[in-house]
Amino acid sequence: MSVMSFEYKVEGGDFTRAGYASSQVKKMLKQLGVEAVIIKRVVVCLYEAEVNIVAHAYHGVIYISLSSDSINMRLVDEGPGIPDIPRAMQKGFSTASHEVREMGFGAGMGLPNIKDNADIFNINSEVGKGTVLEITINLTHKAA
Amino acid sequence: MEKQFFHHALKIVEDACIGCSLCMRVCPTEALRIKDGKAHLIEDRCVDCGECYRKCPVHAIIIEQDDINRIFEYKHRVALVPAVIHGQFEKEVSMNEISTILKSMGFTWIYEAEHGAGVLKPAIEKLIADPDSPKPLISTYCPAVVRLIQVKFPSLTKNFAYVKAPLEMSAYYCRRVLRDMGYHNSEIGVFYVTPCAAKIAAVKAPVGDESSQITGVINMDLLFNRISKTLRNKAEYLSAEQSAVTLSPASMLWSLTNGEAVNIKGNSMAIDGMNNVIDFLEKLENDEITNVDFLELRACDEGCAGGVLLSSNRFLVAERLRNKAKNIISANPRSKGDSTPPIEAYFDYLMGKVKIMDEIKPRSMYSFSDDLEEAMKMMQKSRHLMCFLPGTDCGMCGAPGCQTLAEDIARHRANVSDCVFIRQTMEEKGKLHPDTSIRIMKKIWGNQNFEKNCFKKGAENESN
Repeated sequence: MSVMSFEYKVEGGDFTRAGYASSQVKKMLKQLGVEAVIIKRVVVCLYEAEVNIVAHAYHGVIYISLSSDSINMRLVDEGPGIPDIPRAMQKGFSTASHEVREMGFGAGMGLPNIKDNADIFNINSEVGKGTVLEITINLTHKAA
Repeated sequence: MEKQFFHHALKIVEDACIGCSLCMRVCPTEALRIKDGKAHLIEDRCVDCGECYRKCPVHAIIIEQDDINRIFEYKHRVALVPAVIHGQFEKEVSMNEISTILKSMGFTWIYEAEHGAGVLKPAIEKLIADPDSPKPLISTYCPAVVRLIQVKFPSLTKNFAYVKAPLEMSAYYCRRVLRDMGYHNSEIGVFYVTPCAAKIAAVKAPVGDESSQITGVINMDLLFNRISKTLRNKAEYLSAEQSAVTLSPASMLWSLTNGEAVNIKGNSMAIDGMNNVIDFLEKLENDEITNVDFLELRACDEGCAGGVLLSSNRFLVAERLRNKAKNIISANPRSKGDSTPPIEAYFDYLMGKVKIMDEIKPRSMYSFSDDLEEAMKMMQKSRHLMCFLPGTDCGMCGAPGCQTLAEDIARHRANVSDCVFIRQTMEEKGKLHPDTSIRIMKKIWGNQNFEKNCFKKGAENESN
């Protein structure tokens, strides 16, 4: 079974380019003929996670690994880390600055939303160092 | 899947095509290739937006219309004209004059297509008010946009507002009025004077709709020429009598950009221009767009004022229509002696017809294969090929860009040696004979481009 790997760099604070990785991945999944509802889940997860890095971290890397049964997305950032993960997982909780909220981000739905859309979801964080998010979504292929 | 192909109104006339590739370079869905010196259409990808038609320097792309004589197969011959006709001429042309001209061509009843827009506002607002309907609802008004979403944004097909076009509603009305007068449906022909190719395609093969109420189409340029000629001889030919405008201001402007969106309650947005629409749909698909209830999307800049079959400048057309709409004082001032019941009298009947009954299905045409493992192999191949292709998008391979060529090769529809950069490298290394190289070039661009021709545009004896 073939596996394809991709890497995308994400710069903290650069909202102008937020969403690049999710757009690229979306385009690829469409070309692969993955079912629209699944693409949507992948894009929602990846976009939220990508914006999280932009909004909170200094910089990060997104590692995508794609096989014919699943897509695995690892988002590794260097940043302040998350001191209280259970709280960050609550809907509506956000530490986003006023500035970030002004731009329409930071509603506190990011992490819970990612978890809802993922088949496998793991989060590890070290305060003062950074966060690693791992999201896996199974790909079922659409009927011809 | 539905029928294998869309019906296309756009056709390439091979004998006229000079293989200049301008069409290929403007196609927003990468549906054109150059082969044997001629443009070729990948039918599954074409959405009938007409950008190629606009660009073709030699009129080798045509828009098929019905034979005007077909109207005489019907006892009653209705012509539905789009409101943009009112913006085509610098001089004031009344509906009476337009009617006179169309009647001289054999039509028996001339009616503006946008009258039917009256039922759409309540129908769309009803859909928006339904908490179960997806948001934003996307207008199905522009058929090129509907097809674009089907082929390129399949996940958004569920967002369509399932209401028919104003022109269909007007056709239902006209047929109903004539039936009430005792005519049989088969005696009634309803013909639409179309401002674009996409509307033709929508009439010939409606997406998700059982069948169109429209019998046939006539291209706007034909009517434009007739009216222009008449206007030249206006004084002696037509009476100066001006008929009142019977369109409401909202219906008059419905086909322009923001014609729908301003009328729909809730958060509505209007976007025009094929590339703007594509950019916005990308964002919508990424869930980046929130708090929008209704999206009006139009393939042409300035909406139907920019229709490919219109002859006047789109901004002038839009401006003239806006001025006309401003001057409409009371809604529906019907001419005296007109005993035809107005469209408003059939409101309930039309509301019963307004819904598109069949599902508008996605028709994704960009996936490599129906088998994921196979598709992945092809994608890997295409990505690997991109390591070697120059990334200049020069188009000399006959495809609009390097990535498209790479994908075509992965699909076994093109060869690596189609790339001029690769060929030059191979020649340099002695792996390709120059004769073979030139043969490949001629295979793509045809022999004609290698021969001296002083009649071509810009050359010494330029002639068309």
